[in-house]
Amino acid sequence: MSESALQPFHEQYTALTNAGSLPGSALPWLSNLRERGMTRFDELGFPTPRVEKWKYTNLRALERQVFHPATTMTASLGLDRVPTLIGEQAGHRAVFVNGRFRAEMSSLGRLPKGAKVMSFAQALEAEPNLLAEEIDQIAEGQDEQPFYHLNCAFMQDGLVLHVEEGAKIEEPIEVVYLAAADDESLAYHPRHLIVAGKNSEATLVEHHVGIGEANTLANHVTEIRVEPGAKLHHYKLNAETDAAFHVSTLHARVQENAFYDSFTLTTGGQLSRNEPHVKLEGSFADARLNGAYLQRGKQHCDNTTLIEHAVPDTHCREIFKGALEGKGRAVFAGKLHVYPDAQRTDGNQLSRCLLLSNQAEIDTKPELEIYADDVVCSHGCTAGELEKDPLFYLRSRGIPFPVARRMMVESFLAEVVQEITTEDLRQAFLDRVTDWLSRSEQ
Amino acid sequence: MGATAETVEQVQEVTGQKYKYGFVTEIDEERPPKGLNEDIIRFISQKKEEPEWMLEWRLKAYRHWLTMKHPSWQKCSIPPIDFQDAYYYAAPKQDKDRPQSLDDVDPKLLETYEKLGIPLQEQEMLAGVAVDAVFDSVSVATTYKAKLEEQGIIFCSMSEAIHNHPDLVKQYLGSVVPYSDNFFATLNSAVFTDGSFVYIPKGVKCPMELSTYFRINAENTGQFERTLIIAEEGSSVSYLEGCTAPQRDENQLHAAVVELVALDNAEIKYSTVQNWFPGDENGVGGIYNFVTKRGACRGDNSKIAWTQVETGSAVTWKYPSCILQGDNSVGEFYSIAITNNYQQADTGTKMIHLGKNTKSRIVSKGISAGHADQTYRGLVRVSPKADGAHNFTQCDSLLIGDTCGAHTVPYIESRNNQARVEHEATTSKISEDQLFYCRQRGISEEDAVALVVNGFCREVLQQLPMEFAVEAQKLVGISLEGSVG
Amino acid sequence: MAMLEIKDLRAEIEGTEILKGLNLSMDPGEVHAIMGPNGSGKSTLAHVLTGRDGYEVTGGDALFQGQSILEMEPEERAAVGLFLAFQYPVEIPGVTMTTFLKEAVNSIRKARGEDELDAMKFTKQLRERCKLLNIPEDMMRRSVNTGFSGGEKKRAEVLQMAALEPKLAVLDETDSGLDIDALKTVADGVNRLRSPERSMLVITHYQRLLNYIVPDHVHVMVKGQIVKSGGKDLAHELEAEGYAQFGEEKAA
Repeated sequence: MSESALQPFHEQYTALTNAGSLPGSALPWLSNLRERGMTRFDELGFPTPRVEKWKYTNLRALERQVFHPATTMTASLGLDRVPTLIGEQAGHRAVFVNGRFRAEMSSLGRLPKGAKVMSFAQALEAEPNLLAEEIDQIAEGQDEQPFYHLNCAFMQDGLVLHVEEGAKIEEPIEVVYLAAADDESLAYHPRHLIVAGKNSEATLVEHHVGIGEANTLANHVTEIRVEPGAKLHHYKLNAETDAAFHVSTLHARVQENAFYDSFTLTTGGQLSRNEPHVKLEGSFADARLNGAYLQRGKQHCDNTTLIEHAVPDTHCREIFKGALEGKGRAVFAGKLHVYPDAQRTDGNQLSRCLLLSNQAEIDTKPELEIYADDVVCSHGCTAGELEKDPLFYLRSRGIPFPVARRMMVESFLAEVVQEITTEDLRQAFLDRVTDWLSRSEQ
Repeated sequence: MGATAETVEQVQEVTGQKYKYGFVTEIDEERPPKGLNEDIIRFISQKKEEPEWMLEWRLKAYRHWLTMKHPSWQKCSIPPIDFQDAYYYAAPKQDKDRPQSLDDVDPKLLETYEKLGIPLQEQEMLAGVAVDAVFDSVSVATTYKAKLEEQGIIFCSMSEAIHNHPDLVKQYLGSVVPYSDNFFATLNSAVFTDGSFVYIPKGVKCPMELSTYFRINAENTGQFERTLIIAEEGSSVSYLEGCTAPQRDENQLHAAVVELVALDNAEIKYSTVQNWFPGDENGVGGIYNFVTKRGACRGDNSKIAWTQVETGSAVTWKYPSCILQGDNSVGEFYSIAITNNYQQADTGTKMIHLGKNTKSRIVSKGISAGHADQTYRGLVRVSPKADGAHNFTQCDSLLIGDTCGAHTVPYIESRNNQARVEHEATTSKISEDQLFYCRQRGISEEDAVALVVNGFCREVLQQLPMEFAVEAQKLVGISLEGSVG
Repeated sequence: MAMLEIKDLRAEIEGTEILKGLNLSMDPGEVHAIMGPNGSGKSTLAHVLTGRDGYEVTGGDALFQGQSILEMEPEERAAVGLFLAFQYPVEIPGVTMTTFLKEAVNSIRKARGEDELDAMKFTKQLRERCKLLNIPEDMMRRSVNTGFSGGEKKRAEVLQMAALEPKLAVLDETDSGLDIDALKTVADGVNRLRSPERSMLVITHYQRLLNYIVPDHVHVMVKGQIVKSGGKDLAHELEAEGYAQFGEEKAA
């Protein structure tokens, strides 16, 4: 960590707080949180590979940048339309540009009763108590997370989604996060809160895209509570530009009989770090923590996950698969933690990676930490190239090598994309995989 | 802490004469004062009548050690060790201080020997009873020595090797585990007292299992052994290390270093049964076993296999590793670790694939009971040049009771797309069904647990030389006593 | 003296009464069959007799050669000569059949105050039993029940019976999961082990097993009680009429 990397953040923080221009600056809890965030970030600094959780992800490239705080942008983006995964006509859409909510680009009018979608800034005005009760309260173990604290210091806007008790939101809610920077490097720190009330059900699709040439740092923090009996499907596509740094810290608590179902596909970004922490804190809580990554060039994608089984009879399954081309690098560090007395835990984890070039690299650390005896826990992990026999078989049937290879990689990844329960979304994600493969450099 | 009979004599000699080699601190006693400094290291080297180069190496290590920090990444908690509050050259035990007969020995210790079926004479040696010189293992070793020498095999203590084979020692000592390697290996490099030295000449297959079982135990060697095994081109050797001497001292530090070198087409098999005193049922006492073991498969087609059965010690940190440099070289690691009561173990292996078509296989079976905490920690690294490398890892943990912990922390780094890495890990418990099935056949609950655990470990037990396998199986049962019911 | 005498036995699982005052008496050398529909408590009876956890005996008694066994540990019951051929034999990976049986035989011998068999004697004895039952010896080198087919598992149970030489063998649904050929082989093994000193209690849902292991007495068990007893013909009667006459759905 170099002091100079922290300096700009300091100056910006001081300028923003002095100007009193941060939303909710009159709220003491929020000011305290920001202040504590800045102090703690100062103490921790940007993590080096000597920090165990960052062993395989080097932030030098990020530290070399000087990011300017993203400001409210009113000018036209030069976009014909909002990029969407689920189609313009379908679903509900909230659009954020450089971390700020853009009502005029969003379409939330058809939201059914029981679903409340707001921007964080709006919520500070309309429902400050809700935020005061939840923000920084759901998160746990955040003390050692520097990006979490950086987010606290700078948070201004983000998504607030509250699904009320018993509400079933049929159509997916798509949230488009657009990173747009052309002239100078920009950083923004969106803060999200998602509460799925008792026995509710909703599908949230995060869609991260970018335009422009300049570097961006999107430092998201998401807090999620899935209340008893609720189901939350949470899918994410990160397709930002090769100039983007993407850090996403997520804390989710899953309560009794609730189901948290997540899937993250990373194709974009110069450096992406997804760090979800899922705590199963009610019996019969269930979670899927799945993902896929496709990286090439000098892209780097890091999925560092933690699943905690805090009480008896909880279940989770985690599958991460990826393919790397060029000098693409990926990290999978998944930890499964079973608390004392969390008997009858059923947890398994699988990480599989295809190395499609001789310069690609995968570092894997699947970790089990278990303090209860009546459990079934396992993990598996493989890394290597495509299997030769099926490849030969396809070619012997006249399929050219690049096509055969693409077919095999696609089917390898499809296996995990299939875990997405909503069919339309599954197809949309599969299309992204196909698209990436069609641009293969090899 | 103890010393060999040999060192007793040495110390008596030295204390009776003037010190050579500019030894500055005046030491009147039979042992130097507590603490660690350059004078102490000079004293050790002096006592052992070592050549200057050896002393220099020790001092280099010591100076480096001063710059190092006690590691903290292991998943174990131990109180900080005060390295200045220890003796680095053992006060040699006088015969009068030792138990005079088995009647003076802790009955629990004898019970363990009994269960292991160790004959009475051996029991006396293991317990450190002053015994007749006839049973002195030095003479036992000598009989083997003659036999081995016929084939050019050198099997002697490290001290002897430094005197008699200085060129070999100079060439290989620290070549696998450099003096600066890690905190405890560096400490060992500075203060090591003795250990084994094995040299197998080109093309020779060692005709018998070499063992330090008797020697280490009988001579009650201190805490810092240094072992070096060199297998020349086309040779092979199987080496057994038995640490079945429970010690009753409190939280004694044991920091050994083992280096293996296998040249072209050579094969080294290194087996360990470690049963140092694990502390009592309440976690009082026991050995801190912080050992650095590493083998270099330097030659093409060479092979190094580590097999370990770890049931002892209060705290164990140990990662027997293989550096697979030669093309087609093979590294294997088979491990059983059992922790009961308040034992802690953080153990595993490293397989570093550097050569082409290198293969490694890791089979780790961890059993945790009582309040014990156990971690498998492993690294598999495939370098960009290791085309065709293959690793397979299987890590299984078994928990007995709900107050223990079992953890798996593998690091898998692959930088070669022509390589294949596979890792599997499971955690389970002994099922009620299995226990009832055994009991219905007349087997007591405790025996049933031992039986199921032995079955769980079978793949590793099969790797042990016959005579060790039997002992290891019994150890499994004994180590888990009191863990059920 | 009766081999087994069950008097008004009552047992429950987690508060639900399964055995509701069951009576049964068996003499040495006799083979008794207990037939009954699913859920009548047949397997519970087997487990209560052998001392499995999870069952609470709330009344009555079970005397084995005049001695109450209900307070005994499972291994003590095995030592006095009670054997259960499991409906679902349990896999014990890594423990060979030989190791397992040697441990069992010697544990029982020890409990009876007899000398343990050395490896040679034991192996010889085991080899003879394999031969008697036509079981290939290499099965003894495999892990207990691990990767065994359904038929192999049941044959291994019979082999264990032969090795442990019990006075009373309880065969719990030994026919389940077996095709007719496997059934014949298993039954043949059981018949070879019949002797005037050994009693057997054959628990089954279907009559077909009793074509091959012909019982001296047949009992019908419904809702935790013996509701009817008779000779071997009773089994055929049941096959034709089903359990409906006892207030149960016709057997599938």
